[in-house]
Amino acid sequence: MYINGASAISPLPVFDALSSGIDFIPGEGKRLTASEPAYNNLIDPRLSRRMSRVIRMGVATAMDALRQAGVSNPDAIITGTAYGCLEDTGIFLKRLVENGEEMLTPTAFIQSTHNTVGAQVALLLKCHSYNNTYVQRAQSFERSLQDARLWITENPGAAVLVGAADELTDFSYALLERFGLFRHQSGGEGAAYFLVTDNPSEKSWARIEQVSTLFEPGLEELHDLTTALLGGASGPVDLLLSGEEETDYNAYQYAELSTLLSSEMPVIRYKKYCGTYPTATAFASWLAAWWLKAGKVEVDGIQLPNPRRILIYQADPSGYHSFILLAAC
Amino acid sequence: MQQAVYIAGRGAISAIGKTREENLEALRKGETGIGSIRYLTTAHASLFPAGEVKADNEELREIAGWSGTNSRSSLLGFIAAREALEEAGLWEENRLQHTVSGKRLRIGLISSTTVAGMDLTENFFPGFLENRKAGKLRMVRQHEGGATTERIAQGLGIRDYVNTISTACSSSANAIMLGARLLKAGELDVVIAGGTDALSKFTLNGFNTLMILDQQLCQPFDQNRRGLNLGEGAGFLVLVSEKTAELLGGNYRVKVTGYANANDAHHQTASSPDGTGSWLAMKGALGMAGITPEQVGYINLHGTGTQNNDSSESSAIERVFGNRYPAMSTTKGYTGHTLAACGGLEAIYSSFSLEQQVLFPCLRLQQPVIELPGVVVTELRSVNGLQHVLSNSFGFGGNCSSLLFSLA
Repeated sequence: MYINGASAISPLPVFDALSSGIDFIPGEGKRLTASEPAYNNLIDPRLSRRMSRVIRMGVATAMDALRQAGVSNPDAIITGTAYGCLEDTGIFLKRLVENGEEMLTPTAFIQSTHNTVGAQVALLLKCHSYNNTYVQRAQSFERSLQDARLWITENPGAAVLVGAADELTDFSYALLERFGLFRHQSGGEGAAYFLVTDNPSEKSWARIEQVSTLFEPGLEELHDLTTALLGGASGPVDLLLSGEEETDYNAYQYAELSTLLSSEMPVIRYKKYCGTYPTATAFASWLAAWWLKAGKVEVDGIQLPNPRRILIYQADPSGYHSFILLAAC
Repeated sequence: MQQAVYIAGRGAISAIGKTREENLEALRKGETGIGSIRYLTTAHASLFPAGEVKADNEELREIAGWSGTNSRSSLLGFIAAREALEEAGLWEENRLQHTVSGKRLRIGLISSTTVAGMDLTENFFPGFLENRKAGKLRMVRQHEGGATTERIAQGLGIRDYVNTISTACSSSANAIMLGARLLKAGELDVVIAGGTDALSKFTLNGFNTLMILDQQLCQPFDQNRRGLNLGEGAGFLVLVSEKTAELLGGNYRVKVTGYANANDAHHQTASSPDGTGSWLAMKGALGMAGITPEQVGYINLHGTGTQNNDSSESSAIERVFGNRYPAMSTTKGYTGHTLAACGGLEAIYSSFSLEQQVLFPCLRLQQPVIELPGVVVTELRSVNGLQHVLSNSFGFGGNCSSLLFSLA
């Protein structure tokens, strides 16, 4: 499927990349916060003030992707989120505890449900189309992409809005840090949406060729899937966009994959720009699409003219592995 | 020609029973499972009735054969999913049968939930608010929706495909829909699809702030309805493709023949007065099955008992059916509103209606929303020739889904 519009918000300022380009500076500190744009042109300020960060980021990137693709009423809206609306969940829980279950107000509860981002997009667009939200931890975005692909197969010609959004809050940072998640990589967050169709257009950024997942695979399983993936690819992979962290428990799995690809394969680790979070592959997909559209990769001392295929691989600490292969149009 | 999708197994746990058979018996007898809150620790226990599963977590752990700290949502989901696999003949000697007649089946689990492990998180939180280092991390390990499903998948031994949907009260209808789509696409051979939600302080208080909880036993689809009672539970179907059905050799009576998901795009929590989302969902499900509205013999309504839902849903039904209404009832008066689980549970109740040619009545109904005689079912009704049943699930965020079940 072809990406005809793509938008991302992440700790690395990329929302205005189409006009301003990207200055690749790794995030600093243990907790990376999304670099949010001015939302005025995308969301009514009266509405955006009431939205939590995850909703705002999700809605803004969704609207931006649609605007780029020139689509006002998509045929499906599909959202992945591992954590859902944590800020509102935390607000409601805190008040529930502090007020002893009395004198609570509905706003935080209403906005705490996992489908709020997708619902708000539908509401703003007055879009009655198919609308779904996947919450399978570090495969929430991948499940969303797979649904988009299935939807396009079932409904040829459909324009599908698909993306992911997750936020890091004070509560979740404190908790996830105790789980040891940020020991080797800063915590992160972000949102990215894509408008995809089954046919290319002059607006197309790139093509999503394959989306595959594994859960807690052994090396053999990893080997088999990678071999099948490379065998089914339209040609050789030029770049590995890797979810490997600075010191990674899964380093051996990343190493295995690199070996299977090629020992000379350039590798770029994306989590230093967006931080670690389960749906970081949505940011990586945006980045890959951006490079394929630009026709060059220039970062980390790597100069890659005319990249044709970029493979994203993430082995999340919770055991979820994913592969997203993007190709130039 | 569309590939057929069959229901090969069903598992239900709710306020009216811990097994499928117990659920059926209560529906036949017209017995509600809603009453004073006994198991959830909440300041509102005596104020709001709820449909709790009649077991504490210790008893659920025993039924599941699990140990350790697990969310009630995980326990309920596992118990129902395992029962569904048992009926399908895919659970033997306490394990999943991956291989049938020498063929390795690709088996997927699609669960859904709105609260997931919130039942644990909300008990962890008071200490955590005082001190960020306090509390056992195992209390929040299943906070994420996907984490409860992961636990259920681990219990069942499923690795091929695991997924979780969270679209509020339409969640498990969407899980069943995705399951049917993946089977038709040939991506999986067997799908266990449904949903699970435990009652929690979070949801009870949340619904209370919306002022849509009934302090008495709810009277859904009654003109004098006052709101909903929350429930809890899990409902899972084992869905199989035509090829798998042949392989398993089961005599499957019920097929999933239609489904549609639409968005009301009206308000974050309220349904539109004319029920646009529900109308589109019902219309889409009938369209996929290629049947006319007259062929629908019964609707298992979303019918929560709130002013807003029941009036919006009846408007949408009128838009689809005109004044030629099929028979209809809601089973929320038995179970309470089980949120993410209701689509799964009600799919099972719909299959009972088709198999046994019987319609379960609304409970406590005095003045039906639709007053035409015989339309809203008020007592257990035996029928003949019931071929198609529509099941509605509508939720926050305008998420509306309808499923159509038909006799094979």
